[in-house]
Amino acid sequence: MQEAMINKAKQLLADGTVSRVIGWKRGEFAYDITPAVFETAEELEKDFVFDDFTSANVSKYLVKESKKEGKVLVFLKPCDTYSLNQLTKEHRVDRDNIYVVGIPGGPKLDIEKIKAKGITGITSVKNDNFTLKIETLYGEETMPFYEAVLDKCASCKSKKHVTYDELIGEDGDTLESNRFDMVEQLENMTSQERYDFWRSELSKCIRCNACRNVCPACTCENCVFDNPASGIDNKAPADSFEENMFHIIRAFHVAGRCTDCGECSRVCPQHIPLHLLNRKFIKDINSLYGEYQAGADTTSRAPLTDYTADDCEASIVHERGVE
Amino acid sequence: MLRISADKIYELLGAASAAQTVYIPSEREDGEAEFKKYESGMKLTNRLNTLRSAKDFFFPQTEDLVEFKVDGKNIEISDVRKESEDFIIFGVRPCDARSFTILDKVYLVEPVDSFYKNRRDHGTVVTMACSRPAETCFCQTFGIDPTAPEGDCSVWNDGSYYYFKSNTDKGQKFIDSVTSLLEESDTAELDKSIEKTKEVMKKLPLANLSTENFGGDKLNEYFSSDKWAELSESCLGCGTCTFVCPTCQCYDIKDFNTGHGIKRYRCWDSCMYSDFTKMAHGNPRLTQLERFRQRFMHKLVYFPANNNGEFGCVGCGRCLSKCPISMNIVKVMKALEVK
Repeated sequence: MQEAMINKAKQLLADGTVSRVIGWKRGEFAYDITPAVFETAEELEKDFVFDDFTSANVSKYLVKESKKEGKVLVFLKPCDTYSLNQLTKEHRVDRDNIYVVGIPGGPKLDIEKIKAKGITGITSVKNDNFTLKIETLYGEETMPFYEAVLDKCASCKSKKHVTYDELIGEDGDTLESNRFDMVEQLENMTSQERYDFWRSELSKCIRCNACRNVCPACTCENCVFDNPASGIDNKAPADSFEENMFHIIRAFHVAGRCTDCGECSRVCPQHIPLHLLNRKFIKDINSLYGEYQAGADTTSRAPLTDYTADDCEASIVHERGVE
Repeated sequence: MLRISADKIYELLGAASAAQTVYIPSEREDGEAEFKKYESGMKLTNRLNTLRSAKDFFFPQTEDLVEFKVDGKNIEISDVRKESEDFIIFGVRPCDARSFTILDKVYLVEPVDSFYKNRRDHGTVVTMACSRPAETCFCQTFGIDPTAPEGDCSVWNDGSYYYFKSNTDKGQKFIDSVTSLLEESDTAELDKSIEKTKEVMKKLPLANLSTENFGGDKLNEYFSSDKWAELSESCLGCGTCTFVCPTCQCYDIKDFNTGHGIKRYRCWDSCMYSDFTKMAHGNPRLTQLERFRQRFMHKLVYFPANNNGEFGCVGCGRCLSKCPISMNIVKVMKALEVK
């Protein structure tokens, strides 16, 4: 697949369809891959990589890249295409300036899950028929592939590309996923248990803002939490209550726009399951307004920014309008 | 050297914690390690490093500096400083131990930071030599020997025994407090285990990373390098690298209106953030390129320029593990270096 992608990129660069390519760049180790922009065939051949660790959703880079001179080629996994659609819908990208090549999705691996097994000194990770063969400075280790799969991939919702200009490989379908299982577990807790769960998780927050900055739905030019003029800017968890509010406010702000790409939890250095907040909103929106998947298209009206007489709380507006 | 059988280490920690609070690196449910207050039943982690560095003990993420109330033309100021209690941090890795030396160069020079100094004076640092370095380790690059850790007291674990050596009065006091549990022994077994670690050190993927071409006199070579654009291109501008870093030392001071008065506090800042060094006239670093460059220039050029050549990095590898896009000081050094 990696070779097919490099060839496609080289061809599109050579025939002038695009002037730049967004993909993933090889790192120092087996797993430390950086999203990158490639401009030449040489750069692609030297450093372009697509493997079990190329999990980063690169769609948010298009906010900046699609506004530059010349068309940009981007390789998107099925989950990433939902993010691009949502960005297109919100007019945050210039879709005409983007050439999307759809590529197969995961499951991708989480190096942290491998390290959590106590495996260290990792020099290579190979998938041998769904057993990971891990070379380390202290000898070879093995573990089942599925135990190292990223959480976001373990509850994959779709193998379908919702936007693309061309595909490498075949398109898939949306999946029956288990993504609301944990939300249901939380719903079934007593309010005290649920409160304790979230206090325990959110108190780990170091306020690095990685979740916000990686989030394709968080594209405000100046976040309210960074803006001294807002009166609520802060850059530290002065107390744990404040941290709780940061995450809850952020979840509210992306409600109805979050495509459930899972990047927030993937990048959290403290492994806080932030995606569960978003999934709760998605689940509630589904049950209150009918099934809705953000990013599935670029034209529909989102439940929270639309009004219909069938809305779950339509009466509030109705009553206000009555003489 | 003094030693204790590995199965008795918790007895030792128990004895030490009777006199003062002891913090040990211990594992959480998610497999990450963090320093926690030692209580009976807790286990030392097998992970090489804690997720957050040990700097938090001396330089916490937030702390109150002063409180005041304004009433007409009167300002009532209250000093919220409290004398810290004695505490022991057990199991600090050699990289983190060196980071304290670096922080000291910032906070213990005139004007001395009394908040930092107070905690530093009351803290005893008990280090733990490394025996299973990770692929992300590059402390050797900065002249740190992970088999000979600094700190008030150094500890080695060869699997069967923990060996103790004091380096300061505070370290000696710690050893004295548990001396009845320790036995005198030769170091033949320990030496063998140290040799094995040294062999691994040579094979580390970053063993050959050198600071030879960096330092205080390299400002002109690197400040205007055309590599910064590419290196900073995918930086998210989050603060993960700075917040897990044991040597990042920048902070912001803010006033918080409690409704009944003002709490002036300081908190970690990150040069990756858009309002870092924002002043009345605006911000000297307008894009992520300049912010990103600041972090690495500070560690590789500015800090050594102001501190007799000492670099502002200890090679702990946390940023290598934790950066959401896997951009880090090693990649920067390799890309930037002009030989």
